[in-house]
Amino acid sequence: MTATTPEIIAPPQPPGPIAWLRKNLFSTWYNSLLTIVLLFLIYWAGSAILRWVFVSADWTPVVRHPILYGVGQYPREQIWRVGLCLSIASLLVGVSWRVWGGVMRVMVIFYAAALFLLVIWPAEGAALTSEIRLALGVIIALIGVGYLVGGVKFVRPAFVLVAWLVSLGVTLVLLRGFNGSALLPVVPTQLWGGLMVTLLLSVGGITLSFPIGVLLALGRRSSLPVLSIFSTLFIEVVRGVPLISILFLASLLVPLFLPAEMRIDRLLRALIGMTVFSAAYMAENVRGGLAAVPHGQEEAAKAVGLKGYHITLLIVLPQALRAVIPPMVGQFISLFKDTTLAFGIAVLELLAVGRSILQGNPEYFGRQMEVLLFIAAVFWVLSYLMSYASLRLEAALGVGER
Amino acid sequence: MTQDQQNLPSKLFRRDIPVWRDERVLRVLAQIISAIVIIGFFFWMVNNVVTAANQRGLSLGFRFLDDAAGFPIGESPIPYEPSNTFAYAFYVGLLNTVKVSVIGVILATILGIIVGLARLSTNWLVNRLALTFIEIHRNIPLLVLLFLWYQAVFLKLPGVRQSIVWPGPVYLNQRGLYMTWPRFTESATPFIISIISGIILATAVYLYLRKRRETSGKPTYYGAAGLAILIAFPILGWFLADGVPLRLDVPELSGFNFRGGAYMTPEFAALLIGLFTYTAAFIAEVVRAGIQAVNRGQLEAARAVGLDYIQVLSLIIMPQALRVIIPPLISQYLNLIKNSSLAFFIGFPDLFYIGRTTINQAGRAIPVFLLIMTIYLGLSLITSIFMNYYNKRIQLVER
Repeated sequence: MTATTPEIIAPPQPPGPIAWLRKNLFSTWYNSLLTIVLLFLIYWAGSAILRWVFVSADWTPVVRHPILYGVGQYPREQIWRVGLCLSIASLLVGVSWRVWGGVMRVMVIFYAAALFLLVIWPAEGAALTSEIRLALGVIIALIGVGYLVGGVKFVRPAFVLVAWLVSLGVTLVLLRGFNGSALLPVVPTQLWGGLMVTLLLSVGGITLSFPIGVLLALGRRSSLPVLSIFSTLFIEVVRGVPLISILFLASLLVPLFLPAEMRIDRLLRALIGMTVFSAAYMAENVRGGLAAVPHGQEEAAKAVGLKGYHITLLIVLPQALRAVIPPMVGQFISLFKDTTLAFGIAVLELLAVGRSILQGNPEYFGRQMEVLLFIAAVFWVLSYLMSYASLRLEAALGVGER
Repeated sequence: MTQDQQNLPSKLFRRDIPVWRDERVLRVLAQIISAIVIIGFFFWMVNNVVTAANQRGLSLGFRFLDDAAGFPIGESPIPYEPSNTFAYAFYVGLLNTVKVSVIGVILATILGIIVGLARLSTNWLVNRLALTFIEIHRNIPLLVLLFLWYQAVFLKLPGVRQSIVWPGPVYLNQRGLYMTWPRFTESATPFIISIISGIILATAVYLYLRKRRETSGKPTYYGAAGLAILIAFPILGWFLADGVPLRLDVPELSGFNFRGGAYMTPEFAALLIGLFTYTAAFIAEVVRAGIQAVNRGQLEAARAVGLDYIQVLSLIIMPQALRVIIPPLISQYLNLIKNSSLAFFIGFPDLFYIGRTTINQAGRAIPVFLLIMTIYLGLSLITSIFMNYYNKRIQLVER
């Protein structure tokens, strides 16, 4: 055998820009034709759009009312309560960033950027007083405080999750207030609005629907025919009808379903509708997760003598729920988008606020495009961010890799 | 031993399991209790509804369906008068829902396949454009998109006299969309008959030749033969008819409006476009995932045995991809049907809109909602039965 001289082969050079262009845009004659035609179309459409955005469009209906889009008609003298809720959120965002790392970083950057955008919001007369801007600055700083708190030894991921759930309840109580309290007078939910309501409906809906969905999924898989029939019936009926009909049903019929002495306000009815709707889809997601747990797990648990509910709670569910996190994020995104339908039952979420700004100010006549595009952009950015986080999460969890 | 047990029924509990821990007893007990709780809750709610309805003098019956509806409906595929019954109004709403759903499903499928294939293109620009289309539609609520189409596009179009003209001619203005449309003339009967018989004959020949190909293994050119019949028969019919069987119905400006041609109201057009582009974005992802799910080795093997590009796609890739595509496609179709209820927000008189109008006019919220939800459930059920049948046919038959 001849000794080969150890020769180090240089790694292939990354293709230069010309090679890249040839490979990706001009590989064949019809690809070249397609590229040229498309470039022309993009130039034509792009220049028209840019001209509209920067020259013809009038963005005052968007720029003038940041607080309306944010919290609706929430009394301005009580707006510090929203600030307090944001502060809690900021602290928790910071803590989560430290504890969960990776996925949260993008969220933190976005969250801080969104708040900072409000601090430097350009318009005069935008109701963003210097106190509010200062408070928002402090709220941004609280993320850093949260990050430091997250470094304390005994803070565990499970605590953070619990803290988030508790903060949701605290937020609702803070925003609503108490009867006869001087510090926290009641702010009726008719005055709540904007992005705040959109977020509350979607976060509340997904949180409440989670336990119901898990129960329904377990019920559907149950070997007890009565349970499985009723669960299946509920899931299939809810999934077979449009969300808007469930929302209307909740708004019209919940007052009739319940005895006369139980009065339920409009926002809560919308939340009930969203929860019922979301629970059915949640159940199907969880069922998928349950099906993904190998049967051997259950048999092994039985063999070592665990009881039925112990098997479900300690062996099957933890594995099933891990597989369900990515589809749950997807479901949250669609629920978030679906909150717009609550507009149909007179809940003032973001879209409804946008339309009432248009209707309430005659000088904005004909500015639907600007307002709707702004709302679309808000939804787009938030949904895109969440689906991006979901992708990262999926990779981090390694779902589907074992 | 069996005799032993029959003689001694008490020996059933021989192992000394107390009744409250015997799993068979517990299972029955659990079911009885849950049934009582669920049915009890249900009856409690129904009872509350009936009591509340009686107190407020609301009627729960369906007899109102025979009364005159009394409200006008903006557009209807069949003649409708306010003096028609509520039942008839619901029927009109159902037809409108079906109309927008069927056209929407067809257009969404076509656009979805195009965008899905574009997403797999090696041309970077095509690929990115498809991605942009998908990401825009998937991350914005359908309702916002519908409002954009309706209020910011269709209602902002120029007036009738300044209509936008597209080749066709197609006229686009505030009042809607006017298209040139082919219509049969009085002498078209032989033409129509030849088209129908052509379709039947082509299908029969296609199936017969394909069967022979499968049994004999010899090429029978079943696709070409079917296509030839499909094209030849209408041409034959065209000449058999005395006079021209088809004429183009061109919309013309007369007075303050267009006459003739096919017409879409702005509500219908906005709903249709919003629905089908939104669903197409989701279908595109389904198609892309389905094609990517086919093992790359399949493509390479097919190329290696000498199939050309069309054959690879139609004989190797698509049959396998369809198995992955069809189930999620079904749920996209169902979503489109359910989402068509958003017509309510832009004033297109679909089933849900008619239901709301009925509730405003005549009360009866409960029967109306029962009716609407049952119809939607029925529509979902019919679609999924139909699609599941198709799905079952194309799935791999496993031994």
